[in-house]
Amino acid sequence: MAAQDLRLDVNALDYAILALYFLVVLGIGFAARRAVRTSLDFFLSGRALPAWITGLAFVSANLGATEILGMAANGAQYGLMTVHYYWIGAVPAMVFLGIVMMPFYYRSKVHSVPEFMRRRFNGATQLFNASTFAIAQILIAGINLYALALIMESLLGWPLWLSIVVSAAIVLAYITLGGLSSAIYNEVMQFFVILAGLVPIVVLGLVRVGGFSGLGEKVRQSVLGDGGLHTWAHTAGTDNPLNANWIGIVFGLGFVLSFGYWTTNFAEVQRALSARNTNAARLTPIVAAYPKLVIPVVTVIPGLVALVLFNNIGKNGGPTYNQAIPLLMDTFLPNGVLGIAVTGLLASFMAGMAANISGFNTVFTYDIWKSHIQGDRPDEWYVRLGRIATVVGVLGGIGTAFIAAGFNNIMNYLQSLFSFFNAPLFATFIIGLFWRRMTAWAGFWGLASGTAAAFASYILFKAGVVDFGTELNASFWGAGIAFVVDAVVSVVVTLVTTPKPEAELRGLVYGLSDASIADDALAGDAAWYRSPVVLGAGAVVLAAAFYLPFI
Amino acid sequence: MAAPQRLFDIRRVIGGLFLVYGVVLTVTGLFDGSQAVQKAEGVRINLWTGIGMLVIGGVFLVWERLRPTAAPAPSQEDADE
Repeated sequence: MAAQDLRLDVNALDYAILALYFLVVLGIGFAARRAVRTSLDFFLSGRALPAWITGLAFVSANLGATEILGMAANGAQYGLMTVHYYWIGAVPAMVFLGIVMMPFYYRSKVHSVPEFMRRRFNGATQLFNASTFAIAQILIAGINLYALALIMESLLGWPLWLSIVVSAAIVLAYITLGGLSSAIYNEVMQFFVILAGLVPIVVLGLVRVGGFSGLGEKVRQSVLGDGGLHTWAHTAGTDNPLNANWIGIVFGLGFVLSFGYWTTNFAEVQRALSARNTNAARLTPIVAAYPKLVIPVVTVIPGLVALVLFNNIGKNGGPTYNQAIPLLMDTFLPNGVLGIAVTGLLASFMAGMAANISGFNTVFTYDIWKSHIQGDRPDEWYVRLGRIATVVGVLGGIGTAFIAAGFNNIMNYLQSLFSFFNAPLFATFIIGLFWRRMTAWAGFWGLASGTAAAFASYILFKAGVVDFGTELNASFWGAGIAFVVDAVVSVVVTLVTTPKPEAELRGLVYGLSDASIADDALAGDAAWYRSPVVLGAGAVVLAAAFYLPFI
Repeated sequence: MAAPQRLFDIRRVIGGLFLVYGVVLTVTGLFDGSQAVQKAEGVRINLWTGIGMLVIGGVFLVWERLRPTAAPAPSQEDADE
């Protein structure tokens, strides 16, 4: 996304709106600091938050650079097929996490996903998972930071280094002060501000192109053609905008990539672990699924509007797809709302980065340092280490911000990273959950070989040895290959090693409950509107129904 | 054991921020010149967004008032949502 000459016409009013937001963000950090006494407060908000807060934070943690600009870019490039990322590529996995997996995560009282890996498998699995996760979080934080700095440079005219330093300093300040509570509260606030900034763009964009029917007509005449208005048409072959067939979409995106990302990515799962009881933890991803269903309205529609309004978008010499939303802001928004939109955009980048950093500091402190280096220090010592890890994480993010520069479409880059780190993790997790015989070393070797397989397939694709078509399709296949290799290795290693005794697996595998865990239900949890199964089924049914007009 | 200080209620923060933003945008929208209105396809977008934000801010504050989180108790029995 090279900086084009797109300079937003911001004035003092817009800057005042932006400044007020960041004052409030820092205020939240200082106020949250008073509630931090123990490491549990710092890393998991004291496990005291209601489901609507953790749920919105859950969806917001994913609403960073990936979501807003990346999905609008995909909307402009691939058309309506982009909704696969939401309706099949997110909602079913979020519901599965809430209904099936969350009881194991939450009730075992682990602090993190790698810690769960240690309990179910062994310390080596934990360390492997924690290390790859920590590296991934730094890389992704770097992407968020770089994207944010580019936006600030091109839109507001701030020099790159200044944007990087200012935004990194703000994230650093509020997480170091208030830990996860700061991150979560800011995510919830950011969610509403970004919507307040995006909704006017959607409304005005639709007014310009003549409503939904006008938009449809103009997309048909665009380079995308009729294919841009369908989601499943022509997916028997690859003659569709995404160049993906239905097997890739359903199994690659809908199953391996999506389940890998949503169910084992600790930056997400951490939000649910901070909920106040098991029911609230289970509801967290399910509450998040409902906004997720409708977010395409504010990402894919602006992408399509940009496609039909700016006919050189994505072409040589024209603006890049990633500039879809900034272009629309520049075209439609007067000062005032423009300030809200800029604020929402910057806030969403920061929230994305904050989610990576808060995931990183927890895993670094608990799963790398406390579990493998020094485990005998008093609790306050680990809170301090967590704060130091935050500083290290932010500095690392600044350093890796420039790795992202080589890729044209941020989304593709993230997808390939996720396929490396999450698909094999999901395979190991799900087999370990349902097959109690799976051994400790099967966990480790399955995970290691699956991760290696994902890397290998991506490198072979990049070197031109195998041809998956698009980069996106390559990530579907890479994830699928990683999943299968992980599963095969896990089974083979299990057959030649000894399983863990059942007593050590209680509460960690399906069918072996731990009777010693007390029921933590609150009054009112039995109501249907707090039932994870009812709400989860509702979200899946809605996702399927939303496809109907766009088959 | 000293009960940890309760975290303040985020609903009050969001409500307050949206009220301030709502007022600012509504006033801006009322005084928007023809250039600003023309840019936004003839819609007084500042005014409408401002009103929308006032409503959302109000909803958060009313919600917080009607269903406050319970007094700090170790059992954490609160009745929000």
